[in-house]
Amino acid sequence: MSTKSYQNKIANSRAIAEPVWIRWLLIGGALAYLGLFLFVPLAAVFTEALRKGFETYLSAFSEPDALSAIQLTFIAALVSVPLNLVFGVSAAWAIAKFNFRGKSILITLIDLPFAVSPVIAGLIYVLIFGLQGWFGHWLSDHDIKIIFALPGIVLATIFVTFPFVARELIPLMQAQGKDEEEAAIVLGASAWQMFYRVTLPNIKWGLLYGVILSNARAMGEFGAVSVVSGHVRGLTNTLPLHVEILYNEYNYVAAFACASLLAFLALVTLALKTLVEWKTAQAQQPELSQEST
Amino acid sequence: MNLNLQPKHTVLPGFTPALGFTIFYLSLIVLIPLSAAFLKTSLLTWDAFWATVTAPRVMASYRLSFGAAFIGAAINAVFGLLVAWVLVRYKFPGKRIIDALVDLPFALPTAVAGIALTAVYAPNGWLGSILEPHGIKVAFTPLGVVVALTFIGLPFVVRTVQPVLEDLEAEAEEAAVSLGANRWQTFTKIIFPAIAPALLTGFSLAFARAIGEYGSVIFIAGNMPMISEITPLLIITKLEQYDYAGATAIAVVMLVISFVLLLIINGLQWWNAKRNGSIK
Repeated sequence: MSTKSYQNKIANSRAIAEPVWIRWLLIGGALAYLGLFLFVPLAAVFTEALRKGFETYLSAFSEPDALSAIQLTFIAALVSVPLNLVFGVSAAWAIAKFNFRGKSILITLIDLPFAVSPVIAGLIYVLIFGLQGWFGHWLSDHDIKIIFALPGIVLATIFVTFPFVARELIPLMQAQGKDEEEAAIVLGASAWQMFYRVTLPNIKWGLLYGVILSNARAMGEFGAVSVVSGHVRGLTNTLPLHVEILYNEYNYVAAFACASLLAFLALVTLALKTLVEWKTAQAQQPELSQEST
Repeated sequence: MNLNLQPKHTVLPGFTPALGFTIFYLSLIVLIPLSAAFLKTSLLTWDAFWATVTAPRVMASYRLSFGAAFIGAAINAVFGLLVAWVLVRYKFPGKRIIDALVDLPFALPTAVAGIALTAVYAPNGWLGSILEPHGIKVAFTPLGVVVALTFIGLPFVVRTVQPVLEDLEAEAEEAAVSLGANRWQTFTKIIFPAIAPALLTGFSLAFARAIGEYGSVIFIAGNMPMISEITPLLIITKLEQYDYAGATAIAVVMLVISFVLLLIINGLQWWNAKRNGSIK
């Protein structure tokens, strides 16, 4: 909304607008930069994948190793995203609706995984659960495998997607204040009733966006998972790791075919994000849309 | 940490379980594992630690990781500002799709970005074959690292500057013009100071993201020790040689630098919010 009115203002005011040729020069510069770093690489993924025709492209997915990699990727996302969702909602509830000391420290600590290199995210779990790690002996005595197995992959995925839902919800719930929830409680709603009838409808779009983003990162994580996976084909390879192996074996068509699947997921994520932003903007302007109908 | 668990008067339920679970989960997933890195390093003597983290090959990797991350973030500061400007102020076909695609580096798995950039910038790739005759080699050189880190940091500056540009009051610019400023003076004296904190925040975020980046870099870098080997790769190399202490020592150096950057970024965001008259 603000963008639109602003643009109209700029358009109506010749005094603070650039000459047409400068506008197009700037637009050209911006597009050239985005082209070099975004559009051309994105197009390359699909072109390289289809280089030897559609048949070869599809055959990359019927390989058992590829199928088990896709399966493992889904499992890792299916476990880590719901856990981070529960965490995100409870962290946002405590931070946005209550005042307590140490709140800004807590917010900074929640952001920590963004600042940590994915390689280090993998390393710290190796230090704890690896053979030389804190619990290494105990785990190997009890025949429990965490590192170079599914639990390690899930842990690393949880770490790298840790802040996403909380990051989306905290500013949203802070902006919404707590009047509506307080009204619900005062009128006799139970805690769960308040949550399902008041809080959840208010935050659903932000929540959805947080989940979409964590899911994209969970399915695409490479560095952290690479450290803890052990790269056993057909067993502990996620789809991004499978891409790496195929690429290093000079099997470019299959590598880019699997990569195109992940790129498609990224594009769907961006499309959903745009939809969610549009819905949120709509939800914030209910009076306006009612007037116009 | 001294947390006061008594919220001020409120009828809202669930504070203690929500905060309790938050702190429990945060400790379990993030704080305890991270402290493992510091504890592991504290087992080393200071001399051994120092020798590990200042070995010539490690120093070369810092120079590459930090240098390339800095150049990438600088490129993104200039062109990210340009993209934000164009998206906020001008109308052109395909604008909405381009706006949505700016976030692609957030959503695209880094390994996919890595092999795509390599395919494009390799000597026989679409852009590499154009640059090669001019003596510019991108893939498998430090320049390739810069390209990958520029890709990774691309959305940060755009997304921090864009909202500030949208909220700028046209009146301030009109006042500058009516007082006799030309367009360039209006930009440098009125617009730029208003967006400077956001620009610096975006730059720092891109820089912080780039120094730890692994997936998109290793395919395009060539990974030659002393020349095109980034620090995160060195950590992996040491792990593969079962040199856990060495890997952890380097990781601790990177962690400390990342934490300092995180604090700087928090300060910048606070400054940004203050400059724009709203503390979140």
